[in-house]
Amino acid sequence: MLTAITTLPLLGAIALAVVPRNYRFLARMLTLGVTFITLALAVILFLRFDTGSPDIQFVQKIAWVPSIGINYFVGVDGINVGLVLLAAIVSFAAACVSWEIRTNERDFYLLLLLMSGGILGAFASLDIFFLFFFHELALVPTFIMIGLWGRGENRNYATFQITLYLSAGALLALVGLIALYLQMPGEQRTFDIVTVTEFFRSNPMSQDAQRWIFPLLMFGFGILVSLWPFHTWAPLGYASAPTATAMLHAGVLKKFGLYGLIRIALPLMPQGAKEWLGVLAVLCLGNILHSGWVAMRQRDLNLLLGNSSVAHMGFPFLGIASLSILGVSGAIVLMVAHGLLAALSFGLAGYLHNHARTLEMSEFSGLLKRLPFIGTALIMAAFAGCGLPGFANFPGEIMVLFGSWKQLQPYAVAAAWGALIISAIYMLRAVRSMVHGPLLEKCSVIPDANTWRKVPFILLIAALLILGIWPRLLTDKIRPSAEVLLSHLPRQQPTPAAELAEMKP
Amino acid sequence: VNTSLIILEIAVVVLALAVLLLDLWTVPERKRLLGYGAAAALVLVFVFSFFIGGVDSPQYAFKGSYVLDPLALFFKRFFLLAAVVVLLMAVEFADRIEAGITEFYSLILFALSGMMFAASANNFSMLFVSVELITVTFYVLTSFQRRHLPSLEAGLKYLVLGALSTGFTVYGIALVYGVTGTMNFGALSEISGDLAGKPLLLVGLLLVFIGLGFKIAAFPFQIWAPDVYQGSPAPVTAFLAVGSKAAGFVLLLRLLFDAVPQITAQWTNLLVFVSAATILYGNLCAIPQRNVKRLLGYSSISHAGYLLLGVAAMAASATNPASGASAIMYYLAGYLFTVLAAFAVLIVALRHVEGEDISTLAGLNQRSPLLAAAMALAMISLAGIPPLAGFFGKFLLFKAALEQGSRFPALYWLVGIAVVGVVISIWYYFGIIRAMYWSTPAASTAIPIPILLRIALYVSIAGMLLLGVMPEPVIKVTQRAAAVFNQQVTTGQAAVRDGL
Repeated sequence: MLTAITTLPLLGAIALAVVPRNYRFLARMLTLGVTFITLALAVILFLRFDTGSPDIQFVQKIAWVPSIGINYFVGVDGINVGLVLLAAIVSFAAACVSWEIRTNERDFYLLLLLMSGGILGAFASLDIFFLFFFHELALVPTFIMIGLWGRGENRNYATFQITLYLSAGALLALVGLIALYLQMPGEQRTFDIVTVTEFFRSNPMSQDAQRWIFPLLMFGFGILVSLWPFHTWAPLGYASAPTATAMLHAGVLKKFGLYGLIRIALPLMPQGAKEWLGVLAVLCLGNILHSGWVAMRQRDLNLLLGNSSVAHMGFPFLGIASLSILGVSGAIVLMVAHGLLAALSFGLAGYLHNHARTLEMSEFSGLLKRLPFIGTALIMAAFAGCGLPGFANFPGEIMVLFGSWKQLQPYAVAAAWGALIISAIYMLRAVRSMVHGPLLEKCSVIPDANTWRKVPFILLIAALLILGIWPRLLTDKIRPSAEVLLSHLPRQQPTPAAELAEMKP
Repeated sequence: VNTSLIILEIAVVVLALAVLLLDLWTVPERKRLLGYGAAAALVLVFVFSFFIGGVDSPQYAFKGSYVLDPLALFFKRFFLLAAVVVLLMAVEFADRIEAGITEFYSLILFALSGMMFAASANNFSMLFVSVELITVTFYVLTSFQRRHLPSLEAGLKYLVLGALSTGFTVYGIALVYGVTGTMNFGALSEISGDLAGKPLLLVGLLLVFIGLGFKIAAFPFQIWAPDVYQGSPAPVTAFLAVGSKAAGFVLLLRLLFDAVPQITAQWTNLLVFVSAATILYGNLCAIPQRNVKRLLGYSSISHAGYLLLGVAAMAASATNPASGASAIMYYLAGYLFTVLAAFAVLIVALRHVEGEDISTLAGLNQRSPLLAAAMALAMISLAGIPPLAGFFGKFLLFKAALEQGSRFPALYWLVGIAVVGVVISIWYYFGIIRAMYWSTPAASTAIPIPILLRIALYVSIAGMLLLGVMPEPVIKVTQRAAAVFNQQVTTGQAAVRDGL
């Protein structure tokens, strides 16, 4: 079933390759159909997932390159089941909003399906090689889509920047992953994550190796998630990307780096994690505070969203750095929540850009009067972005804050401040200037979304609200797996005496 | 002498002579079609190579100077495949060569036979003869467009620097022979460990290494490569990039790991340095290039650097060099399809265009989606991005190097430099892709592709994809071929028995 989910989009891409170029409607329908079936399957998978069990479910394993221990190995546990669902939701939404593409539609949809297949594969894979392989498979279409269908005069620069940054990050991570693989003795070497985890649980890796492999993964994966100060590719990249690409990358593909950290780096290198997570905690404040501050100064909605998506990434990093079950679970909830939110907000921005040809915030005013649906959706996205209760981001942020309170108190305070104050400022300011106020002449020509165009937004908002009101849908699944994953991490149980001792200089 | 061992080479040489003879009875308009015949015959030879049995243990001919083992067979098939595509390109290129197209074909075949002998070289004289057979034919091939000034320049540069490298090689061989009294690699491996302290032997080996360094265009012997790549007729450049380079590497592997493994182990630092410098030089110099062939010339320098990374990893692992060797062969196999696809596209796409600037590829996508797609895939594969062959090759090379890193930390730095190189290379490879897809075309006419070249393009694309997605079969083959280096102690003894 999982294999069906991952291969369906790839098969769709192959099918599109033989569809003649001018059959635009067919290409679009095929893409919508494929992503819809994928979504349906992912929902079924999510519902049939045995909550409360830490086991890996829906496993499928085929030996691929036995001579060096590569297997095609997919399966979900509490950690990635939500991400697979997220990927499927956003893929469908991205296919829905792609009506904006007017040139070479077939090629666009082909790349879109390729990207979505790569993303699903990356999150479903439990083999280090395939994890990386699928991720790169999704990255290449990203670059091409930004370059070919991107917008704005800076798109060439943006394409090169995003290509170089993300390739560098991916290569760093690749070197780290290979080094990890080589830490096992010759005959037992395999890329199978489950086996690798078990192996290192019983024979921990040497301290030295952990000390230098962990930063490779941390920075490699970090660059992929726009860890401050390696985030500069993100705002411009998203501002230049076509809507669907921005939704898929900012929403889902970017989370791959966090997922890699949680799935591979933390459980395999607990010592390295302990040494390096202090650095991560500082850098994630850079995300939250600095990028939040930069977002406040933006005049362009897309750049604001790009910066805010960088800022939001600070929270999952903080959750990971806390090394607590609550914090890491919160990070996973946030990954899903922010994925939905990013897709929603980039989708809305794309809708506005298509009709107004600009995203300067000063060009918009009083949208709510003319576009009740889009306006309301924008307001909801802004609320979710501020972490208002009722949206999925709220439980995630709360869990991260509670999880990191014990060990990273000053950081948690700063993060809470950054999240609550800064993001409220820029989000609400954007809402005030765009949605409220007098209706500008220019804006009165923008039509509201018709029924079909509402579908992706309703879907994303519904998912945000459902997970916000009933977060246990996710957390109950995550908790057992997170407990297993982190069970052998050297967590200091902070006793009052130990805390006092630490406070002394 | 067991002549059946050199049956493949005999077939190729006979074919080359037959092409020359057939020229006499062929009317001028039909002469270019001889290339198709030659290519078809090479396909037969290629198929036949799979029916040569009994090579699992190495077999020797000519007093141990010629060896047929899985390694040799792997490279022979590699060269045959390359030559088939190069001949198809040559047919397409024929009207750009003023006269003597038949000689052009037969020279390609002679160069091919030299490469095939190189794959089997097991002593210094065979090494020298095969290198010269390759180089001398390339002197003529590079300057074959005789009214085309850059081609003449390329020929002259290749001649002067080739002669220089020959001088190094011969001098080195003489020194080695003077010290050890043997030319045979197997015999040398017996005694080179004891003689490792002799400076004259080391100098001799270093000179031979320099001579081979010219062939693979390793830093600092890469000076000729950009000019020659740019000036030569495109099929020749392709053959130079794939065939001549691979021949240099197989000779290097034989020399370093069959003949003098103990000395090579001490040279790891040297190899690491050469590899790092080659990677950086090739990639950095490729950035500002506007001429596509010249850019590919620099890129081929950088790929020699990546391959040398594998050689350095082999040198660091005295006990088990097979992992590095198999990575090198895998990389070369991917490189074969990738580079041939790129040059095939260039030959067709630049047919009616003056100059070879990147801008001449502008809008290629509108003019011929197949050409643009093949070129884009080739560039992505050269850049080492999944799911194509180049990625898996680099993956294996990095793995081989990191494997030895704990014993030889310089390799970690080398991998770091290689990663930097890869990121730089993405920049210029994507520049070509950008030109093909992003820019508006200079002309809007569709480009016709001859059917056989179209098939060659499809085969290259399939090869790139298969090597990237289904690596297992080829890994098996390369591992079997690479196992030669783990058996070298025993085979060395056998060679001594046979040869002396």
